[in-house]
Amino acid sequence: MTRFEVVRTGASATGAQPATQRNVSHRGAEANPSAKALQDKFSTAIKRVEVIWAETIVYVDPAAAHEIIRWLHDDQSQQYDFLIDVTAVEYRDAEVPIEVVWHLRSLPYRRFLRIKAQLPKGAPLEIDSLWDIYKSADWLERECYDMFGIRFRGHPDLRRILMWESYKEGYPLRKDFPLRGRFSRSEQLRQALAQNPEARYSMEELTIADAFAELPEDMRERLGKGERTGE
Amino acid sequence: MSKRTVEVELSTSGLDAQGRPQRIPLVTNDGGAAVALQPPPGLEPDLEGEHMLINIGPQHPATHGVLRLVLELDGETVVRCIPHIGYLHCGFEKIGEYRQYNQIICWTDREDYLNSIGNNVAFALGAERLFGIEITERCKVLRVIASELSRIMSHLVWLGTFCIDIGAFTPFLWAFQRREEIYRLIEKWVGARLTTSATRVGGMAADIPSGWMDGLRQFIRTFPHTLDEIDRVLTRNAIWVGRTVGLGVMTPEEAINWGLSGPMLRASGVDYDVRKDFPYLDYETYDFEVPVGTNGDVYDRYLVRFEELRQSLRILQQAADRLPDGPVNIDDPRIILPPKSKATSEMESMIYHFKVVMEGPRPPIGESYVAVESPKGEKGYYMVSDGTAKPVRWRIRPPSFVNLAAIPKMVEGHLLSDVIAINASIDIVMGEIDR
Amino acid sequence: MGLTAPPEHRTVSYAPESQEGWVATRLDFLVNWGRANSLWPMPFGTACCAIEFMATAASDFDLARFGMERMSFSPRQADVLICAGRVPFKLAPIIRRIWQQMPQPKWAISMGACASTGGMFDNYAVVQGIDTIIPVDVYVPGCPPRPEGLIYGIRMLQEKVKNERSSDAGIRDEMEPDPSSQLYIPPSVIDELGEPFGNSVNQTRSGL
Repeated sequence: MTRFEVVRTGASATGAQPATQRNVSHRGAEANPSAKALQDKFSTAIKRVEVIWAETIVYVDPAAAHEIIRWLHDDQSQQYDFLIDVTAVEYRDAEVPIEVVWHLRSLPYRRFLRIKAQLPKGAPLEIDSLWDIYKSADWLERECYDMFGIRFRGHPDLRRILMWESYKEGYPLRKDFPLRGRFSRSEQLRQALAQNPEARYSMEELTIADAFAELPEDMRERLGKGERTGE
Repeated sequence: MSKRTVEVELSTSGLDAQGRPQRIPLVTNDGGAAVALQPPPGLEPDLEGEHMLINIGPQHPATHGVLRLVLELDGETVVRCIPHIGYLHCGFEKIGEYRQYNQIICWTDREDYLNSIGNNVAFALGAERLFGIEITERCKVLRVIASELSRIMSHLVWLGTFCIDIGAFTPFLWAFQRREEIYRLIEKWVGARLTTSATRVGGMAADIPSGWMDGLRQFIRTFPHTLDEIDRVLTRNAIWVGRTVGLGVMTPEEAINWGLSGPMLRASGVDYDVRKDFPYLDYETYDFEVPVGTNGDVYDRYLVRFEELRQSLRILQQAADRLPDGPVNIDDPRIILPPKSKATSEMESMIYHFKVVMEGPRPPIGESYVAVESPKGEKGYYMVSDGTAKPVRWRIRPPSFVNLAAIPKMVEGHLLSDVIAINASIDIVMGEIDR
Repeated sequence: MGLTAPPEHRTVSYAPESQEGWVATRLDFLVNWGRANSLWPMPFGTACCAIEFMATAASDFDLARFGMERMSFSPRQADVLICAGRVPFKLAPIIRRIWQQMPQPKWAISMGACASTGGMFDNYAVVQGIDTIIPVDVYVPGCPPRPEGLIYGIRMLQEKVKNERSSDAGIRDEMEPDPSSQLYIPPSVIDELGEPFGNSVNQTRSGL
């Protein structure tokens, strides 16, 4: 039978007991020591470091983001082993680039870090995937792609996760996407209902056993050419 | 990954003298027990067949919401599992960009609807960090009470539905009966049972009415009886143990890498609890333990959550004892509504009231990520502000979303009925996953 | 039954001057009584309303008193589709398919604000009322409706069932949606209904 152990306070390098933060200042708090370590190691790839509400934000060059996060994960003095979140922010000001945001946590050292990479809007939105470092990046990046249209290079299966795969209205969380969608209500309903629930199998699923052989001829042809089904 | 073996006791070898399969009656020894022999080799021809493609959901009683699992089965064994989500995607994050901070609180109820008041607390903490506000001591203790009641409610639903999935119906009724008591308490406090919207930026929607603490103490006094009852029925039950031990095992390294949090992570042996490691609401001053499992299987998750129920009661007792007097809301009329008596009599208060309702409080430019320990795991709200009353980006970090992503790994090699048990042990809420 | 064809015959009643025979009215009474008191619900529960539905089915409010404790998750054996919770567009063909799989006699209860009108989710992702996809008999408002509210809605449905007459020829007809649009309500009507709230094409309310 499992026995319950009192929580261990963990091998914290700082040695201090964690406490609720009080009177956090807007911009004046001390930065996470990892920021300095990053600046020492990757001098040019680190654009700037900000500390807002006692959270350290490190702006990095998008091309170097994967290498930097790999170092943060592997290095013994950093050990950012927990990827909390992958998301993106688009600002209301059209000039400001889209930012891809990663939230990292180091469980042994009890640290929190936010890494941001700015992607200018004129170019295609692409950045390297973190799937080879953290398995949790799988679905988080798929959702980021679904909502913003940011492609993650190296992701094993980048397709829409929250909307259906053939969703035509666009990427919902972009600022140029209206709250209620681009199509009229009846058109949205029509598109949603036009899909046959049985057509919602992905290619991976249809390769299982004899499911592929039972599909109608034209569907097999289309799928063979790489077209994706409704899911 | 552990395998389950089923031991078969046969009375005979099943073959006659010529080696042909034969029906032979059971042979017993003098004591009446069947004589166990090795299972005969080659009695069953090697069954080869094609793999089946089975679709579970999205409408299904046991998927805990609109989740669709596509399974590739080899007989009863799962070879591959491909989950599909998004059937409850309702555009929360998009709507958050068009609502003031106090209005968003209503949406936080609906995403993880089993933990609505806990979500309200989490969002209020995030917004207060963004505004740079310190809340009052009374408000902190009330929020701790709210969070722990919410944790108990969520774990009771989990327990009830988990039992139904395994096949036990009665604990569901017991759990929901206790939940009704908590519903009555919360209804007396904020007016709603499920979708509470109990917090505001800078305080709470309402202070507890007089006599409410007696109701809470009554609940704390009587709840352990139900827990003991359910414990007696389930924890050492052979069926229960047999159906949950060794299923869906995640090692600690895998669990951290897959981003699991909450009881899923703790059952695997990693002692990460946001209340202890990155405390909020003065949790470091409460005396409670965080249960940590060893094997990372479904049974450990059950034990961890069960013990969390008891620990929540401990915290509730301490919070109920230490509730200080004083104001619940902060004294800043630009952020929180002034008392109604002042708003209807004083000019400045009326104008503040008008501005807070119509325009909404505006935080300075910045961003914040605040994580709390929700019953499902690490729940985080990331808010980016550009100085206006509506956030630029409101991101919900859903623990169930990341926990569910690990299900293909957990169910490989298990049987079809184990898939349901493993799915139930993750404690998912589709409202939070799909947002 | 929701959207049936308009009756082309006189309505029937139990009034003495009605031309219905004694046997037919007694048979109607018996059949309706049996149906109303043993409605097997098909809980199409998606979100928070589903939790209130579960609370209604649990021991404090107890749907078993109304003959509804046997939740039929298979639509083939169900009488009432209780849509509890918000229905996004991705789920729309699913609920349509489930409704079509239910055999007659069948009814639908739309539980909660989100199922009735889209509720607080007036955005790109949520169906603004499941009555655009399936015909609804009773709408239960609330977010979520209290268990008493749901029970009131169920009682209202029972009254509706009891007032059905077998001589009403069109009562079990299933209205097929318009094949070109697949909608039960014409697209122009849907657009007109959605327009005051600012759907994107018209977007009459900015910023909200």
